[in-house]
Amino acid sequence: MKDVSVISQRKGLSYEKAIESVFFISALLMVLSVVLIFIYIFMEGVPPILKIGLGPFILGTQWTPTYTTPQYGILPMIMASLIGMMGAILVGVPIGIFTAIMLAEIAPRPVTRILKPAIELLAGIPSVVYGFFGLTVIVPFIRVQLKSPTGTGLLAMIIILAIMVIPTIVNITENSLRAVPKEYKEGSLALGASQIETIFKVTLPAAKSGILASVVLGMGRAIGETMAVIMVCGNIPKMPQSLLSTVSPMTATIAKDMSYAGPFHRSALFGIGVVLFVFIILLNLVLNLLVRKASR
Amino acid sequence: MQKEISKKKIVVKDLNLFYGEFHALKAINMDIYEGEVTALIGPSGCGKSTFLKTLNRMNDLVEHVRVTGSITLDGNEILSDVDVVALRKRVGMVFQKPNPFPMSIYDNVAYGPRIHGIKKKSQLDEIVEKSLRAAALWDEVSDRLSKSALGISGGQQQRLCIARTLATEPEVLLMDEPTSALDPISTSKIEELCETLKKNYTIVIVTHNMQQAGRISDRTAFFLLGELVEYDLTERIFHRPRNEKTERYITGRFG
Amino acid sequence: MRRRRKMKDWILKSLIWFCSLLTVLFLVWMILYIVSRGLPGINWAFITTPYNLFRNQTGILPMIVGTLLLIVTTLAVAVPIGVAAAIYLTEYARQGRVVRMIRFATESLAGIPSIIYGLFGYIFFKNTLHLGFSVLAGALTLSIMVLPTIVRTTEEALLSVNPSYREGSLALGATRLQTLFKVILPSAIPGIATAVILSMGRVIGETAAVIYTAGSVAKIPAVDRLLTSSVRTLSVHLYMVALEEADFVSAFATATILMIIIALLNLLANRFARKITDRQGMA
Repeated sequence: MKDVSVISQRKGLSYEKAIESVFFISALLMVLSVVLIFIYIFMEGVPPILKIGLGPFILGTQWTPTYTTPQYGILPMIMASLIGMMGAILVGVPIGIFTAIMLAEIAPRPVTRILKPAIELLAGIPSVVYGFFGLTVIVPFIRVQLKSPTGTGLLAMIIILAIMVIPTIVNITENSLRAVPKEYKEGSLALGASQIETIFKVTLPAAKSGILASVVLGMGRAIGETMAVIMVCGNIPKMPQSLLSTVSPMTATIAKDMSYAGPFHRSALFGIGVVLFVFIILLNLVLNLLVRKASR
Repeated sequence: MQKEISKKKIVVKDLNLFYGEFHALKAINMDIYEGEVTALIGPSGCGKSTFLKTLNRMNDLVEHVRVTGSITLDGNEILSDVDVVALRKRVGMVFQKPNPFPMSIYDNVAYGPRIHGIKKKSQLDEIVEKSLRAAALWDEVSDRLSKSALGISGGQQQRLCIARTLATEPEVLLMDEPTSALDPISTSKIEELCETLKKNYTIVIVTHNMQQAGRISDRTAFFLLGELVEYDLTERIFHRPRNEKTERYITGRFG
Repeated sequence: MRRRRKMKDWILKSLIWFCSLLTVLFLVWMILYIVSRGLPGINWAFITTPYNLFRNQTGILPMIVGTLLLIVTTLAVAVPIGVAAAIYLTEYARQGRVVRMIRFATESLAGIPSIIYGLFGYIFFKNTLHLGFSVLAGALTLSIMVLPTIVRTTEEALLSVNPSYREGSLALGATRLQTLFKVILPSAIPGIATAVILSMGRVIGETAAVIYTAGSVAKIPAVDRLLTSSVRTLSVHLYMVALEEADFVSAFATATILMIIIALLNLLANRFARKITDRQGMA
């Protein structure tokens, strides 16, 4: 008996093999891209952090790169990014989850026909357009109604980001709600629970890890968002004191300062990029854990 | 009894097949004769379809499959160093569910010849007509060859798949429960077709329909739990089976 | 007790309706607000004339050309690579460490914020590869950015191709490559088209990754320097006129045009998506 499971080779196959390796190399290009991005951002961003000192960089509260004795403290930006992200999640997640419940469990056909494309459109609208809307509608509203000097700042940023994370939350939550086995729902309904009770006591808990994943993805979107934020945040890297404080989160600082930064200032911006990247990596790790849990 | 002196087309010797750890085919020995219809019967999961798929190496597509032993086609080993593509051209296959490609009827039939290098329109036309006639489908579709193959009935689709297979001029035709998804009328058409086709082709058919095996096959092989329990002329298998398990299966099914 | 249960049901149900309504109303508000102020500013001259602040010309023709150039170049790079990678993952790859690595890379690329892409494109394509602010630097940066979308959408399309087509073709003695090009890819075309449309949407909407790679020069590039010139896309233009020129007439008009394009692309994508589900229904 000889083992013959090996697929035979022949001449015509060498052409096939060549094309197959083209496919393989294309797939590897993605790995290469990630590695390149990682290396280049860190190569450019880590040296200035080391030069400034990790402590003064991350915990410093003064960002004055254009002064004669420049200071490079990015704590105000980190705070602005984190508070903005949290605020957006706090407002956007409940709205997103309720909307997802609507789509997955309740909506009659005509409602789905309107709601679904609306969510898709919200997801597709460019961030500059969101920012522009914020600049022309939300900022003046805050200025007039809340008597804030400029209207720009944390609150405007949170409102815009909240709207922007809704599509992410809705899509992933809807999918995970739909993936809950029908038997669960039927079992609950058969016990005399109402449709709403079934949704909140059975379906939502069963879809828990998917919903958490949507929240983490939403966090990633919010902390990484640049153009919408840059137009409404005020672009002043001071520690936030209240919801009406003008701020400058990490992304906005990078994008704003890049246009006029001198060499070391620019390297310091890459340093901010490194910090942002680390946050994204941490979020991805959490996401991976959640997804693995969900698939189990 | 002249059947027994027909030429051996396929000779299977000591064939074992494993899916990972699972021993799916156990030491199969079997001769398949030219110009006959050989039926493979047995309960689901007995290995008959798996066996069929080793005959044209379609099992290569499944991961973690390991095969040992020997299968020869006209005396040439097909399990080891062989051009599977050429093998599959010689040993055609018709599947359980009709699977026409999402293209026109004509293009479906011409697909095989084209990939094997025939480009001339007149030659293709000829092959398409010949194959469709051989599959007893020509009269029903000759006026709509350019229409989508997905638009014809299930029974017609299955005959189209047979025509498509015939167009590559195979010597052996493997059929994996070809009528299980069809209505009785389409089924009887396919059965009649087998009767005609066996003049030119060696046919191996997997069926779960006992009457069908009895009606159309010359020989029948009974599989159970990966073993070939009994293999003989169909008449003998159905009337005087030697093995008790065969008898129980057959009578149980008839009962 | 029963009344309290009913009350709770009613409150939750109202919340669900309220939130859904809020989402839709917000979108409608945004569209109406921007489009009603933008439409008056859109006319033939606006979209067919050049932009020159010193001569008081505020046309957006250069931005339209720039956006198109960037789209075409990005797709020309990303679509072949993305489709080939998806083919590898669905048709050839066997589960293992390499595939896990590729999948991890795809996910990571999808999660990286656009400003990081901008920084990377700036330092790698613009500086290290000496491409300068150019269509090419912008398109290469965007290509990496849209790869995950193309790979995932194409993969889904390939996986949804009826597996019996694959079996049927192989059983006729077709090679894997013949099967791929003659049966599988043609069936996956609506899915690949969706991938292309989604990528177009991302290129059109992107700003942070474009502004420091393709630059922001509001001029139509010379024919012999199409790929090496800096261009300004519509999104970058909106950012510049809104924040730096405070030219709100142009800003509203540009935002309106962006919204219209995105809405059209969404319609188109849905069309193809429906085509895919129809096909599956038939098979």
